[in-house]
Amino acid sequence: MKKLIISIMLVNFLAACASQKPIEPEAAAPAPAPAVAEEAPAPEPAPAPVVEVDPLNDSNNILSTRSVHYPFDVSAVQDADKPVVQAHAKYLSEHPDRNVRLEGNADERGSNEYNLALGQRRADGVKKMLMLGGAKASQIESVSYGEEKPMATGHNEASWSQNRRTDIKY
Amino acid sequence: MLLRLFRSVVGSLLLLHVSLASAEMSIEIIGAGEHQIPVAIVPFGGDDKLALAINDVVVNDLLRSGLFRMVDAEGKSPHEPAEVSYPDWSARGAEALAIGTVAVQANGRIEARFRLLDVVKQTELAGQVVSASDGQVRAVGHRIADLIYEKLTGDKGVFSTRIAYVNRQGKHFRLVVADSDGYNEQTVLAQNQPIMSPAWSPDGSHLAYVSFETDHAVVYVQSLYTNQRKMLAGFSGSNSAPAWAPNGKQLAIVLTRDGSSQIYLVRPDGSGVNRITFSGVIDTEPNFSPDGQFLLFTSDRGGSPQIYRMPVKGGVEQRMTFGEGANFSPRHSPDGKGFIFTHRVSGKFYIAMQDFQTGQMEILTEGGWEKKPSFAPNGKLIMFASEARERGILATVSSDGRVKQRMFTQSGDAREPVWGP
Repeated sequence: MKKLIISIMLVNFLAACASQKPIEPEAAAPAPAPAVAEEAPAPEPAPAPVVEVDPLNDSNNILSTRSVHYPFDVSAVQDADKPVVQAHAKYLSEHPDRNVRLEGNADERGSNEYNLALGQRRADGVKKMLMLGGAKASQIESVSYGEEKPMATGHNEASWSQNRRTDIKY
Repeated sequence: MLLRLFRSVVGSLLLLHVSLASAEMSIEIIGAGEHQIPVAIVPFGGDDKLALAINDVVVNDLLRSGLFRMVDAEGKSPHEPAEVSYPDWSARGAEALAIGTVAVQANGRIEARFRLLDVVKQTELAGQVVSASDGQVRAVGHRIADLIYEKLTGDKGVFSTRIAYVNRQGKHFRLVVADSDGYNEQTVLAQNQPIMSPAWSPDGSHLAYVSFETDHAVVYVQSLYTNQRKMLAGFSGSNSAPAWAPNGKQLAIVLTRDGSSQIYLVRPDGSGVNRITFSGVIDTEPNFSPDGQFLLFTSDRGGSPQIYRMPVKGGVEQRMTFGEGANFSPRHSPDGKGFIFTHRVSGKFYIAMQDFQTGQMEILTEGGWEKKPSFAPNGKLIMFASEARERGILATVSSDGRVKQRMFTQSGDAREPVWGP
Protein backbone atom coordinates (compact mmCIF):
# COMPACT_ATOMS: atom_id res chain seq x y z
CA MET A 1 0.00 0.00 0.00
CA LYS A 2 2.81 2.35 0.92
CA LYS A 3 4.66 1.45 -2.27
CA LEU A 4 1.67 2.19 -4.35
CA ILE A 5 1.31 5.65 -2.80
CA ILE A 6 4.95 6.45 -3.43
CA SER A 7 4.62 5.30 -7.00
CA ILE A 8 1.58 7.46 -7.54
CA MET A 9 3.34 10.42 -6.02
CA LEU A 10 6.36 9.85 -8.25
CA VAL A 11 4.21 9.62 -11.31
CA ASN A 12 2.47 12.84 -10.36
CA PHE A 13 5.80 14.50 -9.71
CA LEU A 14 7.20 13.43 -13.04
CA ALA A 15 4.03 14.46 -14.79
CA ALA A 16 4.27 17.86 -13.12
CA CYS A 17 7.85 18.28 -14.20
CA ALA A 18 6.95 17.31 -17.72
CA SER A 19 4.01 19.67 -17.90
CA GLN A 20 6.00 22.53 -16.41
CA LYS A 21 8.64 22.42 -19.10
CA PRO A 22 7.03 21.04 -22.18
CA ILE A 23 9.37 22.89 -24.50
CA GLU A 24 12.55 21.27 -23.18
CA PRO A 25 11.87 17.56 -22.86
CA GLU A 26 15.57 16.71 -22.85
CA ALA A 27 16.31 19.02 -19.96
CA ALA A 28 13.33 17.63 -18.04
CA ALA A 29 14.63 14.11 -17.80
CA PRO A 30 17.49 14.65 -15.33
CA ALA A 31 15.34 16.87 -13.13
CA PRO A 32 14.22 14.13 -10.72
CA ALA A 33 17.74 13.20 -9.83
CA PRO A 34 18.63 16.19 -7.64
CA ALA A 35 15.15 16.14 -6.09
CA VAL A 36 15.52 12.53 -5.05
CA ALA A 37 19.03 13.10 -3.82
CA GLU A 38 17.75 15.80 -1.46
CA GLU A 39 15.05 13.56 -0.07
CA ALA A 40 17.21 10.55 0.82
CA PRO A 41 20.87 10.28 -0.08
CA ALA A 42 21.85 6.66 0.53
CA PRO A 43 19.42 3.72 0.12
CA GLU A 44 17.04 5.22 -2.39
CA PRO A 45 16.43 3.05 -5.49
CA ALA A 46 17.50 5.20 -8.44
CA PRO A 47 14.41 6.35 -10.24
CA ALA A 48 16.25 7.76 -13.25
CA PRO A 49 15.99 5.58 -16.35
CA VAL A 50 19.22 3.59 -16.68
CA VAL A 51 20.70 4.02 -20.19
CA GLU A 52 22.92 1.05 -20.97
CA VAL A 53 26.19 2.27 -22.53
CA ASP A 54 27.88 -0.31 -24.75
CA PRO A 55 31.34 -0.56 -23.17
CA LEU A 56 32.70 -0.85 -26.72
CA ASN A 57 31.77 2.80 -27.29
CA ASP A 58 33.15 4.03 -23.98
CA SER A 59 36.42 5.77 -24.67
CA ASN A 60 37.51 5.15 -21.08
CA ASN A 61 36.99 1.39 -21.38
CA ILE A 62 39.89 -0.90 -22.13
CA LEU A 63 37.83 -2.14 -25.11
CA SER A 64 38.54 1.15 -26.84
CA THR A 65 42.06 -0.18 -27.41
CA ARG A 66 41.76 -2.04 -30.70
CA SER A 67 45.37 -2.83 -31.58
CA VAL A 68 48.10 -4.99 -30.15
CA HIS A 69 51.76 -4.54 -31.02
CA TYR A 70 54.75 -6.85 -31.36
CA PRO A 71 58.54 -6.91 -31.28
CA PHE A 72 60.34 -7.69 -34.55
CA ASP A 73 59.52 -11.12 -36.05
CA VAL A 74 57.39 -12.06 -33.02
CA SER A 75 53.78 -13.14 -33.28
CA ALA A 76 52.85 -13.95 -29.67
CA VAL A 77 50.61 -11.43 -27.89
CA GLN A 78 52.85 -9.56 -25.45
CA ASP A 79 52.09 -9.45 -21.70
CA ALA A 80 51.31 -5.74 -21.87
CA ASP A 81 48.59 -6.38 -24.46
CA LYS A 82 47.04 -9.45 -22.86
CA PRO A 83 44.50 -7.50 -20.72
CA VAL A 84 43.26 -5.83 -23.91
CA VAL A 85 42.74 -9.11 -25.74
CA GLN A 86 41.18 -10.69 -22.64
CA ALA A 87 38.73 -7.80 -22.30
CA HIS A 88 37.68 -8.24 -25.95
CA ALA A 89 37.31 -11.98 -25.31
CA LYS A 90 35.00 -11.30 -22.37
CA TYR A 91 32.99 -8.81 -24.38
CA LEU A 92 32.58 -11.20 -27.30
CA SER A 93 31.53 -14.05 -25.00
CA GLU A 94 28.92 -11.75 -23.43
CA HIS A 95 27.79 -10.45 -26.83
CA PRO A 96 27.45 -13.52 -29.03
CA ASP A 97 25.77 -11.38 -31.70
CA ARG A 98 28.94 -9.32 -32.20
CA ASN A 99 31.67 -10.33 -34.66
CA VAL A 100 35.23 -9.23 -34.93
CA ARG A 101 37.79 -9.11 -37.74
CA LEU A 102 41.46 -9.43 -36.84
CA GLU A 103 43.91 -7.86 -39.29
CA GLY A 104 47.55 -8.84 -38.83
CA ASN A 105 50.32 -6.61 -40.17
CA ALA A 106 54.10 -6.75 -40.34
CA ASP A 107 56.91 -4.31 -40.88
CA GLU A 108 58.75 -4.38 -44.19
CA ARG A 109 61.83 -6.27 -43.02
CA GLY A 110 61.37 -9.69 -44.55
CA SER A 111 60.03 -10.99 -47.82
CA ASN A 112 56.52 -9.91 -48.73
CA GLU A 113 55.30 -13.50 -48.48
CA TYR A 114 57.01 -14.20 -45.16
CA ASN A 115 55.48 -11.02 -43.81
CA LEU A 116 52.05 -12.06 -45.01
CA ALA A 117 52.49 -15.34 -43.11
CA LEU A 118 53.78 -13.48 -40.05
CA GLY A 119 50.81 -11.09 -40.07
CA GLN A 120 48.45 -14.04 -40.34
CA ARG A 121 50.14 -15.76 -37.42
CA ARG A 122 49.80 -12.57 -35.36
CA ALA A 123 46.08 -12.34 -36.13
CA ASP A 124 45.61 -16.05 -35.45
CA GLY A 125 47.41 -15.68 -32.11
CA VAL A 126 44.91 -13.03 -31.07
CA LYS A 127 42.11 -15.26 -32.30
CA LYS A 128 43.31 -18.14 -30.10
CA MET A 129 43.46 -15.88 -27.07
CA LEU A 130 39.95 -14.56 -27.77
CA MET A 131 38.65 -18.11 -27.97
CA LEU A 132 40.39 -19.08 -24.72
CA GLY A 133 38.57 -16.15 -23.16
CA GLY A 134 35.20 -17.44 -24.26
CA ALA A 135 34.67 -16.01 -27.76
CA LYS A 136 33.43 -18.43 -30.40
CA ALA A 137 35.34 -19.17 -33.60
CA SER A 138 32.25 -18.17 -35.58
CA GLN A 139 32.55 -14.63 -34.19
CA ILE A 140 36.11 -14.18 -35.43
CA GLU A 141 37.67 -13.69 -38.87
CA SER A 142 41.45 -13.41 -39.05
CA VAL A 143 43.31 -12.09 -42.09
CA SER A 144 46.73 -10.65 -42.86
CA TYR A 145 47.93 -7.65 -44.84
CA GLY A 146 51.58 -8.52 -44.30
CA GLU A 147 53.68 -5.46 -45.15
CA GLU A 148 51.28 -4.37 -47.89
CA LYS A 149 49.25 -1.80 -45.96
CA PRO A 150 51.68 0.06 -43.73
CA MET A 151 50.16 2.51 -41.24
CA ALA A 152 53.48 4.38 -41.17
CA THR A 153 55.61 4.51 -44.32
CA GLY A 154 59.02 5.49 -42.93
CA HIS A 155 61.94 3.10 -43.19
CA ASN A 156 62.82 3.29 -39.50
CA GLU A 157 61.91 1.70 -36.20
CA ALA A 158 59.43 4.47 -35.39
CA SER A 159 57.37 3.40 -38.40
CA TRP A 160 58.10 -0.30 -38.19
CA SER A 161 56.91 -0.54 -34.58
CA GLN A 162 53.56 0.91 -35.61
CA ASN A 163 53.26 -1.56 -38.46
CA ARG A 164 53.89 -4.68 -36.36
CA ARG A 165 50.30 -4.86 -35.28
CA THR A 166 47.05 -6.74 -35.13
CA ASP A 167 43.94 -4.59 -35.40
CA ILE A 168 40.73 -5.76 -33.74
CA LYS A 169 37.85 -4.48 -35.86
CA TYR A 170 34.19 -4.81 -34.89
CA MET B 1 73.69 11.82 -84.83
CA LEU B 2 73.53 8.13 -84.16
CA LEU B 3 77.26 7.87 -84.40
CA ARG B 4 77.57 10.59 -81.84
CA LEU B 5 75.27 8.61 -79.58
CA PHE B 6 77.46 5.58 -80.19
CA ARG B 7 80.54 7.45 -79.20
CA SER B 8 79.04 8.92 -76.08
CA VAL B 9 77.78 5.49 -75.04
CA VAL B 10 81.17 3.91 -75.63
CA GLY B 11 82.87 6.77 -73.82
CA SER B 12 80.63 6.36 -70.80
CA LEU B 13 81.19 2.65 -70.73
CA LEU B 14 84.88 3.29 -70.23
CA LEU B 15 83.87 4.99 -67.01
CA LEU B 16 81.92 1.83 -66.22
CA HIS B 17 78.73 3.76 -65.93
CA VAL B 18 76.08 4.20 -68.60
CA SER B 19 72.74 5.94 -68.49
CA LEU B 20 70.11 5.02 -71.04
CA ALA B 21 67.22 7.39 -70.62
CA SER B 22 63.85 7.89 -72.28
CA ALA B 23 60.52 9.41 -71.38
CA GLU B 24 59.28 6.03 -70.22
CA MET B 25 62.11 5.02 -67.99
CA SER B 26 65.82 5.29 -67.39
CA ILE B 27 68.43 2.60 -66.95
CA GLU B 28 71.82 2.85 -65.27
CA ILE B 29 74.50 0.25 -65.83
CA ILE B 30 77.40 -0.24 -63.45
CA GLY B 31 80.31 -2.60 -64.04
CA ALA B 32 81.40 -4.71 -66.98
CA GLY B 33 81.90 -8.37 -67.79
CA GLU B 34 85.32 -9.92 -67.43
CA HIS B 35 85.74 -10.47 -71.17
CA GLN B 36 83.83 -7.92 -73.18
CA ILE B 37 83.41 -8.81 -76.83
CA PRO B 38 84.12 -5.84 -79.12
CA VAL B 39 81.30 -5.67 -81.63
CA ALA B 40 80.29 -3.11 -84.26
CA ILE B 41 76.59 -2.65 -85.02
CA VAL B 42 76.19 -0.74 -88.29
CA PRO B 43 72.86 1.06 -88.62
CA PHE B 44 70.81 -0.89 -91.12
CA GLY B 45 70.11 0.36 -94.62
CA GLY B 46 66.62 0.92 -95.98
CA ASP B 47 64.09 2.74 -93.81
CA ASP B 48 66.26 5.16 -91.82
CA LYS B 49 63.77 5.81 -89.05
CA LEU B 50 63.18 2.11 -88.42
CA ALA B 51 66.89 1.41 -88.71
CA LEU B 52 67.67 3.97 -86.03
CA ALA B 53 65.00 2.61 -83.70
CA ILE B 54 66.19 -0.96 -84.14
CA ASN B 55 69.82 0.04 -83.69
CA ASP B 56 68.99 1.81 -80.46
CA VAL B 57 67.34 -1.32 -79.04
CA VAL B 58 70.10 -3.69 -80.17
CA VAL B 59 72.92 -1.51 -78.81
CA ASN B 60 71.19 -0.92 -75.48
CA ASP B 61 70.36 -4.62 -75.06
CA LEU B 62 73.94 -5.68 -75.68
CA LEU B 63 75.35 -2.96 -73.42
CA ARG B 64 73.00 -3.91 -70.59
CA SER B 65 74.35 -7.45 -70.62
CA GLY B 66 77.79 -6.10 -69.75
CA LEU B 67 79.34 -8.66 -72.09
CA PHE B 68 79.90 -6.41 -75.09
CA ARG B 69 81.87 -3.33 -75.98
CA MET B 70 80.57 -1.20 -78.84
CA VAL B 71 83.07 -0.46 -81.59
CA ASP B 72 82.59 2.86 -83.37
CA ALA B 73 81.03 2.37 -86.81
CA GLU B 74 81.43 5.99 -87.91
CA GLY B 75 82.24 6.62 -91.55
CA LYS B 76 81.38 3.07 -92.60
CA SER B 77 78.01 1.82 -93.60
CA PRO B 78 78.08 -1.57 -95.29
CA HIS B 79 74.72 -3.28 -95.53
CA GLU B 80 75.67 -6.37 -97.55
CA PRO B 81 78.62 -8.77 -97.02
CA ALA B 82 80.11 -7.69 -100.36
CA GLU B 83 80.39 -4.12 -99.05
CA VAL B 84 82.39 -5.15 -95.98
CA SER B 85 86.09 -4.45 -95.87
CA TYR B 86 87.24 -6.71 -93.03
CA PRO B 87 90.65 -5.06 -92.49
CA ASP B 88 88.89 -1.76 -91.67
CA TRP B 89 86.92 -3.42 -88.88
CA SER B 90 89.86 -5.41 -87.69
CA ALA B 91 91.81 -2.14 -87.38
CA ARG B 92 89.04 -0.72 -85.22
CA GLY B 93 89.30 -3.71 -82.92
CA ALA B 94 85.94 -5.28 -83.76
CA GLU B 95 85.67 -9.04 -83.48
CA ALA B 96 82.14 -9.14 -84.84
CA LEU B 97 80.12 -6.94 -87.13
CA ALA B 98 76.34 -6.73 -87.56
CA ILE B 99 74.90 -5.35 -90.79
CA GLY B 100 71.55 -5.46 -92.52
CA THR B 101 68.60 -3.71 -94.06
CA VAL B 102 65.09 -2.99 -92.87
CA ALA B 103 61.93 -2.16 -94.76
CA VAL B 104 58.17 -2.04 -94.30
CA GLN B 105 56.46 -4.71 -96.37
CA ALA B 106 53.29 -4.20 -98.42
CA ASN B 107 51.28 -5.88 -95.68
CA GLY B 108 52.62 -3.40 -93.12
CA ARG B 109 55.03 -5.80 -91.44
CA ILE B 110 58.52 -4.70 -90.51
CA GLU B 111 61.14 -6.93 -92.09
CA ALA B 112 64.80 -6.78 -91.13
CA ARG B 113 67.43 -8.79 -92.98
CA PHE B 114 70.38 -9.14 -90.74
CA ARG B 115 73.84 -10.73 -90.83
CA LEU B 116 76.43 -11.23 -88.15
CA LEU B 117 79.98 -11.45 -89.45
CA ASP B 118 83.12 -12.78 -87.79
CA VAL B 119 85.75 -10.10 -88.44
CA VAL B 120 88.66 -12.31 -87.42
CA LYS B 121 87.73 -15.33 -89.54
CA GLN B 122 86.01 -13.18 -92.19
CA THR B 123 82.99 -15.46 -92.26
CA GLU B 124 79.27 -15.14 -91.71
CA LEU B 125 78.19 -16.30 -88.25
CA ALA B 126 74.46 -15.86 -88.73
CA GLY B 127 71.99 -14.53 -91.21
CA GLN B 128 68.31 -14.19 -90.53
CA VAL B 129 65.17 -12.39 -91.58
CA VAL B 130 63.37 -11.00 -88.55
CA SER B 131 59.88 -9.65 -89.03
CA ALA B 132 57.17 -8.31 -86.79
CA SER B 133 53.84 -6.60 -87.12
CA ASP B 134 53.62 -2.84 -87.42
CA GLY B 135 54.66 -1.06 -84.23
CA GLN B 136 56.70 -3.98 -82.92
CA VAL B 137 60.01 -2.37 -83.81
CA ARG B 138 61.41 -3.02 -80.32
CA ALA B 139 60.58 -6.71 -80.70
CA VAL B 140 62.64 -6.79 -83.92
CA GLY B 141 65.57 -5.15 -82.12
CA HIS B 142 65.35 -7.56 -79.18
CA ARG B 143 65.28 -10.56 -81.51
CA ILE B 144 68.39 -9.36 -83.36
CA ALA B 145 70.17 -8.67 -80.05
CA ASP B 146 69.24 -12.20 -78.91
CA LEU B 147 70.79 -13.68 -82.06
CA ILE B 148 73.99 -11.67 -81.65
CA TYR B 149 74.19 -12.58 -77.97
CA GLU B 150 73.64 -16.28 -78.62
CA LYS B 151 76.15 -16.49 -81.46
CA LEU B 152 78.87 -14.63 -79.61
CA THR B 153 78.47 -15.96 -76.06
CA GLY B 154 77.01 -19.42 -76.62
CA ASP B 155 74.13 -18.70 -74.24
CA LYS B 156 70.55 -18.00 -75.20
CA GLY B 157 69.65 -14.32 -75.29
CA VAL B 158 66.89 -13.05 -73.00
CA PHE B 159 66.19 -9.66 -74.58
CA SER B 160 62.89 -10.90 -76.07
CA THR B 161 61.64 -12.18 -72.73
CA ARG B 162 59.19 -10.39 -70.47
CA ILE B 163 59.02 -9.47 -66.83
CA ALA B 164 56.13 -8.90 -64.43
CA TYR B 165 56.14 -6.68 -61.38
CA VAL B 166 53.84 -4.71 -59.11
CA ASN B 167 53.78 -0.91 -59.29
CA ARG B 168 52.62 0.85 -56.14
CA GLN B 169 51.66 4.50 -56.00
CA GLY B 170 50.30 5.35 -52.60
CA LYS B 171 47.37 3.00 -52.19
CA HIS B 172 47.05 2.30 -55.92
CA PHE B 173 48.49 -0.97 -57.18
CA ARG B 174 49.09 -2.16 -60.74
CA LEU B 175 50.21 -5.56 -61.94
CA VAL B 176 52.49 -4.81 -64.88
CA VAL B 177 53.96 -6.93 -67.67
CA ALA B 178 56.83 -5.39 -69.67
CA ASP B 179 59.73 -6.27 -71.95
CA SER B 180 62.81 -7.40 -70.04
CA ASP B 181 64.27 -3.89 -70.41
CA GLY B 182 61.20 -2.39 -68.73
CA TYR B 183 59.74 -0.86 -71.89
CA ASN B 184 56.39 -1.72 -73.46
CA GLU B 185 54.57 -1.70 -70.13
CA GLN B 186 51.13 -3.26 -70.05
CA THR B 187 48.80 -3.16 -67.07
CA VAL B 188 47.27 -6.52 -66.28
CA LEU B 189 45.33 -5.44 -63.19
CA ALA B 190 44.86 -2.07 -61.46
CA GLN B 191 43.13 -1.56 -58.13
CA ASN B 192 43.26 0.23 -54.79
CA GLN B 193 44.12 -2.95 -52.93
CA PRO B 194 47.52 -4.64 -52.71
CA ILE B 195 48.78 -7.09 -55.33
CA MET B 196 51.61 -9.52 -54.54
CA SER B 197 53.70 -12.38 -55.84
CA PRO B 198 53.14 -12.54 -59.62
CA ALA B 199 54.22 -15.91 -61.05
CA TRP B 200 54.56 -16.78 -64.76
CA SER B 201 53.16 -20.00 -66.13
CA PRO B 202 56.02 -21.89 -67.84
CA ASP B 203 54.64 -21.06 -71.31
CA GLY B 204 54.20 -17.37 -70.49
CA SER B 205 50.48 -17.43 -71.21
CA HIS B 206 49.23 -16.88 -67.66
CA LEU B 207 50.11 -15.06 -64.48
CA ALA B 208 49.18 -16.30 -61.04
CA TYR B 209 49.20 -13.63 -58.34
CA VAL B 210 47.85 -12.62 -54.95
CA SER B 211 45.20 -9.90 -54.76
CA PHE B 212 43.58 -8.30 -51.72
CA GLU B 213 40.53 -7.05 -53.62
CA THR B 214 38.20 -9.08 -51.36
CA ASP B 215 40.00 -7.75 -48.27
CA HIS B 216 42.16 -10.79 -47.74
CA ALA B 217 44.90 -12.53 -49.71
CA VAL B 218 43.41 -14.61 -52.54
CA VAL B 219 45.27 -16.31 -55.42
CA TYR B 220 44.07 -15.72 -58.98
CA VAL B 221 45.23 -17.06 -62.34
CA GLN B 222 44.83 -14.72 -65.30
CA SER B 223 45.33 -15.29 -69.02
CA LEU B 224 47.53 -12.66 -70.65
CA TYR B 225 45.84 -13.28 -74.00
CA THR B 226 42.16 -13.05 -73.05
CA ASN B 227 42.58 -11.27 -69.67
CA GLN B 228 40.09 -13.78 -68.30
CA ARG B 229 40.87 -14.84 -64.80
CA LYS B 230 39.68 -17.20 -62.15
CA MET B 231 40.17 -17.60 -58.44
CA LEU B 232 42.68 -20.37 -57.74
CA ALA B 233 42.37 -20.36 -53.94
CA GLY B 234 40.14 -18.19 -51.77
CA PHE B 235 39.92 -20.03 -48.48
CA SER B 236 39.58 -18.21 -45.16
CA GLY B 237 42.77 -16.58 -43.90
CA SER B 238 45.59 -16.06 -46.41
CA ASN B 239 46.03 -17.67 -49.82
CA SER B 240 49.37 -16.83 -51.37
CA ALA B 241 52.81 -17.57 -52.85
CA PRO B 242 51.78 -19.27 -56.12
CA ALA B 243 54.55 -21.15 -57.96
CA TRP B 244 54.10 -23.15 -61.18
CA ALA B 245 55.44 -26.63 -61.69
CA PRO B 246 57.72 -26.73 -64.78
CA ASN B 247 55.10 -28.75 -66.70
CA GLY B 248 52.41 -26.15 -65.96
CA LYS B 249 49.99 -28.80 -64.69
CA GLN B 250 50.28 -27.95 -61.03
CA LEU B 251 51.00 -25.04 -58.73
CA ALA B 252 52.35 -24.92 -55.23
CA ILE B 253 50.52 -22.39 -53.06
CA VAL B 254 50.45 -21.41 -49.41
CA LEU B 255 47.21 -21.58 -47.40
CA THR B 256 46.36 -20.91 -43.77
CA ARG B 257 42.97 -22.62 -43.91
CA ASP B 258 44.18 -25.47 -41.66
CA GLY B 259 46.26 -23.35 -39.26
CA SER B 260 49.69 -21.88 -39.95
CA SER B 261 51.03 -21.04 -43.44
CA GLN B 262 51.61 -24.41 -45.11
CA ILE B 263 52.39 -25.50 -48.67
CA TYR B 264 49.76 -27.19 -50.82
CA LEU B 265 49.63 -28.41 -54.40
CA VAL B 266 46.70 -27.46 -56.62
CA ARG B 267 45.77 -27.83 -60.29
CA PRO B 268 45.59 -24.64 -62.38
CA ASP B 269 41.77 -24.86 -62.29
CA GLY B 270 41.78 -24.79 -58.47
CA SER B 271 40.94 -28.47 -58.04
CA GLY B 272 42.86 -31.18 -56.21
CA VAL B 273 44.10 -29.11 -53.26
CA ASN B 274 46.62 -31.29 -51.45
CA ARG B 275 48.65 -30.31 -48.39
CA ILE B 276 52.35 -31.28 -48.50
CA THR B 277 53.97 -29.62 -45.44
CA PHE B 278 52.90 -30.31 -41.86
CA SER B 279 55.23 -28.18 -39.77
CA GLY B 280 52.80 -26.02 -37.78
CA VAL B 281 55.15 -23.06 -38.33
CA ILE B 282 55.55 -20.78 -41.35
CA ASP B 283 56.35 -22.63 -44.58
CA THR B 284 56.08 -20.32 -47.58
CA GLU B 285 57.55 -19.17 -50.93
CA PRO B 286 57.71 -22.60 -52.60
CA ASN B 287 59.73 -22.85 -55.83
CA PHE B 288 59.96 -25.94 -58.08
CA SER B 289 63.26 -27.33 -59.28
CA PRO B 290 63.61 -27.36 -63.10
CA ASP B 291 62.99 -31.14 -63.12
CA GLY B 292 59.83 -30.68 -61.04
CA GLN B 293 61.02 -33.10 -58.35
CA PHE B 294 61.92 -30.73 -55.50
CA LEU B 295 60.67 -27.61 -53.80
CA LEU B 296 62.75 -24.95 -52.15
CA PHE B 297 60.84 -22.91 -49.58
CA THR B 298 61.20 -20.47 -46.69
CA SER B 299 60.45 -21.70 -43.17
CA ASP B 300 61.02 -20.36 -39.67
CA ARG B 301 60.97 -23.84 -38.10
CA GLY B 302 64.55 -23.34 -36.90
CA GLY B 303 63.72 -20.05 -35.17
CA SER B 304 64.58 -17.68 -38.01
CA PRO B 305 63.46 -17.66 -41.64
CA GLN B 306 65.77 -19.97 -43.64
CA ILE B 307 65.71 -21.89 -46.92
CA TYR B 308 64.69 -25.56 -46.93
CA ARG B 309 64.32 -28.19 -49.63
CA MET B 310 61.91 -31.12 -49.88
CA PRO B 311 60.81 -33.64 -52.50
CA VAL B 312 57.48 -32.59 -54.06
CA LYS B 313 56.15 -36.08 -53.36
CA GLY B 314 56.97 -35.65 -49.67
CA GLY B 315 59.92 -36.87 -47.65
CA VAL B 316 62.89 -35.46 -45.82
CA GLU B 317 62.92 -31.69 -45.48
CA GLN B 318 66.49 -30.46 -45.53
CA ARG B 319 67.76 -27.10 -44.31
CA MET B 320 69.89 -25.38 -46.96
CA THR B 321 71.02 -22.08 -45.41
CA PHE B 322 72.92 -21.63 -42.17
CA GLY B 323 75.01 -19.00 -40.48
CA GLU B 324 74.27 -15.46 -39.46
CA GLY B 325 71.10 -13.72 -40.61
CA ALA B 326 67.87 -14.80 -42.23
CA ASN B 327 67.10 -15.97 -45.77
CA PHE B 328 63.98 -15.68 -47.91
CA SER B 329 62.50 -16.11 -51.41
CA PRO B 330 64.52 -19.01 -52.88
CA ARG B 331 64.54 -19.70 -56.62
CA HIS B 332 66.31 -22.48 -58.47
CA SER B 333 68.79 -21.60 -61.17
CA PRO B 334 67.59 -22.73 -64.61
CA ASP B 335 70.31 -25.44 -64.69
CA GLY B 336 69.14 -26.70 -61.28
CA LYS B 337 72.63 -26.57 -59.80
CA GLY B 338 71.97 -23.83 -57.27
CA PHE B 339 69.56 -21.19 -56.11
CA ILE B 340 69.28 -17.48 -55.46
CA PHE B 341 67.58 -15.88 -52.50
CA THR B 342 67.25 -12.78 -50.34
CA HIS B 343 69.79 -12.67 -47.54
CA ARG B 344 69.22 -10.41 -44.52
CA VAL B 345 72.01 -9.66 -42.09
CA SER B 346 72.64 -6.67 -39.78
CA GLY B 347 69.54 -4.89 -41.02
CA LYS B 348 70.52 -5.02 -44.71
CA PHE B 349 69.11 -7.11 -47.52
CA TYR B 350 71.35 -8.69 -50.18
CA ILE B 351 70.85 -10.91 -53.20
CA ALA B 352 72.81 -14.12 -52.69
CA MET B 353 73.42 -17.34 -54.59
CA GLN B 354 74.25 -20.80 -53.30
CA ASP B 355 75.51 -23.90 -55.02
CA PHE B 356 73.81 -27.18 -54.03
CA GLN B 357 77.02 -29.17 -54.21
CA THR B 358 79.36 -26.91 -52.25
CA GLY B 359 76.75 -25.30 -50.00
CA GLN B 360 78.72 -22.06 -50.37
CA MET B 361 76.79 -18.81 -50.25
CA GLU B 362 77.98 -15.99 -52.49
CA ILE B 363 76.62 -12.46 -52.04
CA LEU B 364 76.11 -10.76 -55.41
CA THR B 365 75.10 -7.24 -54.45
CA GLU B 366 76.29 -4.38 -52.23
CA GLY B 367 73.31 -4.71 -49.93
CA GLY B 368 70.58 -2.33 -48.92
CA TRP B 369 66.96 -2.90 -49.69
CA GLU B 370 67.28 -5.79 -52.16
CA LYS B 371 64.58 -8.43 -52.32
CA LYS B 372 62.88 -11.11 -54.39
CA PRO B 373 65.46 -12.24 -56.98
CA SER B 374 64.52 -14.22 -60.07
CA PHE B 375 66.68 -15.66 -62.85
CA ALA B 376 66.46 -14.76 -66.50
CA PRO B 377 65.65 -17.93 -68.47
CA ASN B 378 69.32 -18.27 -69.51
CA GLY B 379 70.53 -18.10 -65.91
CA LYS B 380 72.98 -15.29 -66.70
CA LEU B 381 71.06 -12.38 -65.20
CA ILE B 382 69.07 -11.97 -62.01
CA MET B 383 66.32 -9.39 -61.54
CA PHE B 384 65.35 -8.14 -58.09
CA ALA B 385 63.55 -5.35 -56.27
CA SER B 386 65.80 -2.62 -54.98
CA GLU B 387 65.56 0.92 -53.73
CA ALA B 388 67.19 4.12 -54.90
CA ARG B 389 66.33 7.78 -54.54
CA GLU B 390 63.56 6.94 -52.08
CA ARG B 391 61.81 4.73 -54.61
CA GLY B 392 61.31 1.06 -55.19
CA ILE B 393 63.08 0.16 -58.45
CA LEU B 394 63.91 -2.88 -60.57
CA ALA B 395 67.52 -3.95 -60.72
CA THR B 396 69.53 -6.71 -62.32
CA VAL B 397 72.87 -8.26 -61.57
CA SER B 398 74.79 -10.72 -63.74
CA SER B 399 75.11 -14.15 -62.13
CA ASP B 400 78.85 -13.53 -61.73
CA GLY B 401 78.02 -10.33 -59.83
CA ARG B 402 80.06 -8.14 -62.19
CA VAL B 403 77.42 -6.16 -64.06
CA LYS B 404 74.61 -4.32 -62.33
CA GLN B 405 71.75 -2.36 -63.74
CA ARG B 406 69.09 -0.16 -62.18
CA MET B 407 65.82 0.53 -63.97
CA PHE B 408 63.77 3.56 -62.99
CA THR B 409 60.18 3.24 -64.10
CA GLN B 410 58.26 6.44 -64.66
CA SER B 411 56.56 6.76 -61.29
CA GLY B 412 55.71 4.90 -58.12
CA ASP B 413 57.48 1.96 -56.51
CA ALA B 414 58.35 -1.15 -58.49
CA ARG B 415 57.97 -4.25 -56.32
CA GLU B 416 57.96 -8.02 -56.59
CA PRO B 417 59.58 -8.41 -60.03
CA VAL B 418 59.69 -11.80 -61.66
CA TRP B 419 61.43 -12.72 -64.89
CA GLY B 420 59.20 -14.60 -67.31
CA PRO B 421 59.72 -16.75 -70.39
